Amino acid sequence: MALLEVRDLKTYFHTRNGVVRAVDGVSFDLEKGQTLGIVGESGSGKSVTCYSLMRLIPQPPGRIESGTAKLDGVDLLSCSDDVLQQIRGKRVSMIFQDPMTSLNPYLKISTQLIEPLCLHEDMPKKVALKRAIEALEEVGIQDAAKRVHYYPHEFSGGMRQRVMIAMALITKPDVLIADEPTTALDVTVQAQILELIKQRQKELGTAVIFVTHDLGVVAGFCDQVRVMYGGRIVEAGSTQDVFYRPAHPYTWALQKSIPSLQRKGDELYTIPGMPPVLKEQITGCSFAARCEYAVERCRTQPVALKTIAEKHQSACVRFQENELQGADL
Amino acid sequence: MTRIKPDDPIVEVLQNVEKGASLWSDAWHRLCKNRMAVMSLCIFAFIGILSLLAPWISPYEYDAQNRSYGAQSPSAAHWFGTDTLGRDLLTRVLYGGRVSIGVGFLATAVSLIIGVLYGATAGYKGGKIDAVMMRFVDILYTMPFIIFVIILMVIFGKQFWLLFVAIGAVEWLTMARIVRGQVMAIKQQEFVEAAVSLGYSSPRIILKHLIPNVLGPIIVYTTLTVPSVMLLEAVLSFLGLGVQPPMSSWGLLIKDGAEKMENFTWMLVCPAFFFTLTLFCLNFLGDGLRDALDPKTSAD
Repeated sequence: MALLEVRDLKTYFHTRNGVVRAVDGVSFDLEKGQTLGIVGESGSGKSVTCYSLMRLIPQPPGRIESGTAKLDGVDLLSCSDDVLQQIRGKRVSMIFQDPMTSLNPYLKISTQLIEPLCLHEDMPKKVALKRAIEALEEVGIQDAAKRVHYYPHEFSGGMRQRVMIAMALITKPDVLIADEPTTALDVTVQAQILELIKQRQKELGTAVIFVTHDLGVVAGFCDQVRVMYGGRIVEAGSTQDVFYRPAHPYTWALQKSIPSLQRKGDELYTIPGMPPVLKEQITGCSFAARCEYAVERCRTQPVALKTIAEKHQSACVRFQENELQGADL
Repeated sequence: MTRIKPDDPIVEVLQNVEKGASLWSDAWHRLCKNRMAVMSLCIFAFIGILSLLAPWISPYEYDAQNRSYGAQSPSAAHWFGTDTLGRDLLTRVLYGGRVSIGVGFLATAVSLIIGVLYGATAGYKGGKIDAVMMRFVDILYTMPFIIFVIILMVIFGKQFWLLFVAIGAVEWLTMARIVRGQVMAIKQQEFVEAAVSLGYSSPRIILKHLIPNVLGPIIVYTTLTVPSVMLLEAVLSFLGLGVQPPMSSWGLLIKDGAEKMENFTWMLVCPAFFFTLTLFCLNFLGDGLRDALDPKTSAD
């Protein structure tokens, strides 16, 4: 049994202008110690998936319509608030996109690092402070014994993200959800933060759900990849499979858009059109409108993830019926 | 590059820089630069201490009458003169300060606690809970204050503690609105989400994570509430609804003075001077604090 089993997760937002199907039937498994990458462009439902798992969706307007997310048999989506509070921060932690706003500006780093320990592990403050200093050292902050008493504004963006990682991992959780943790940082710091997450993951055996829109990051970092589009998973497989044998035109289009893979001087490749508005129920493939391989059947026939090779699934009808091969793309 | 020797004065400067400044110490420094605010703080502290120590400083009792004496203009024995019953006015002003400042701070504290907790809860919970809680505030807002006090007096009689209840009941409303607005703005920030994701309960998030963030506006509004509460107390006492003689309060003394101001001017001037001075000080202090805690809104 997998550590975290997400089945048919549906999160809808009931807005004044209609229902937005932000996440529409997402399923995946996360094994212990594994890294799962979720990729997709803006508005594809990556972040909402993560927020749903932690039940951080503002309700209303959001609502988790159906689905289960079982962590060792406990359903995160339907368990009581008390149970959830004991799981959050203790067994499942999260790091956020913007390190500048995810630390409380009025509390010292020490206060913020100690709190999860005092709350979840009943640690006395003195012991917790010692542990907090160690945690800062583990994420590569020098002079930790002194810096632990600083305020967040005295840290740079990269250092704050390090602090966030230290905070999320201080209780040694089973699952770490990282929602685009490097998007707000500059490139050199990005690499350091990725390296740090990887290293801490190895040391603690934490499973990581890594949300990003950067395929390059996924390639070097994840074991498994889920490609999301329009609130659904369109391709699922190991990193190897998805990168070397992409089985969905969307994945392939994403790969073609990586600037470094294109010839210098050529115009950069972009996917034509816009992501779909998720207010109408789309029959058929949500990517059909932008897909250069779409045929009539794609727009009318309901699509579902189907296994096309061992542990490799695609939601593309034409792939499933062997009309398209990796070589065609 | 030249190396810095350990006994170089720059080393000490650098060490001080490295200590890191909290937002509060920054604000304190800015406040200290505001001469008006510092002076106000000093004067207010002076008046406060004098009032507090009145029983030990003053050679007279606040209710010791001397009928044969009558109203006397200021002299060496009675610096501020005496009232028509021959009571030393300076003593009465200082005792009045105890009551006025005391009521000011206690009623403010009451309104502060209720208002902050109520407003923060409404703002954080949002949705229907917020709507119900704030409509209740709106209803209380529409109640005319003086009539409310008179009704209270009719039901419970003229009692000193009613002052706190009446003033507290009115003053917490604005505080609740301010805090709610601030909390609503702040709860959108990611650190609140982060706190939720770390498994903290709602009361914990409100008390430990949200309220410290809105402390700036709370402090500013508190310093502005104290004078307005004192003013309310004076209004009530002036109308005969507040502090009852022979106790004294600034409102009561001003009322007495106003009645006799044609013949005994000092009876109005002395308490009015202290009262105005205190109100000025508190308002300047509040302005100074606002500039110090939120440098973006300051004029310079």
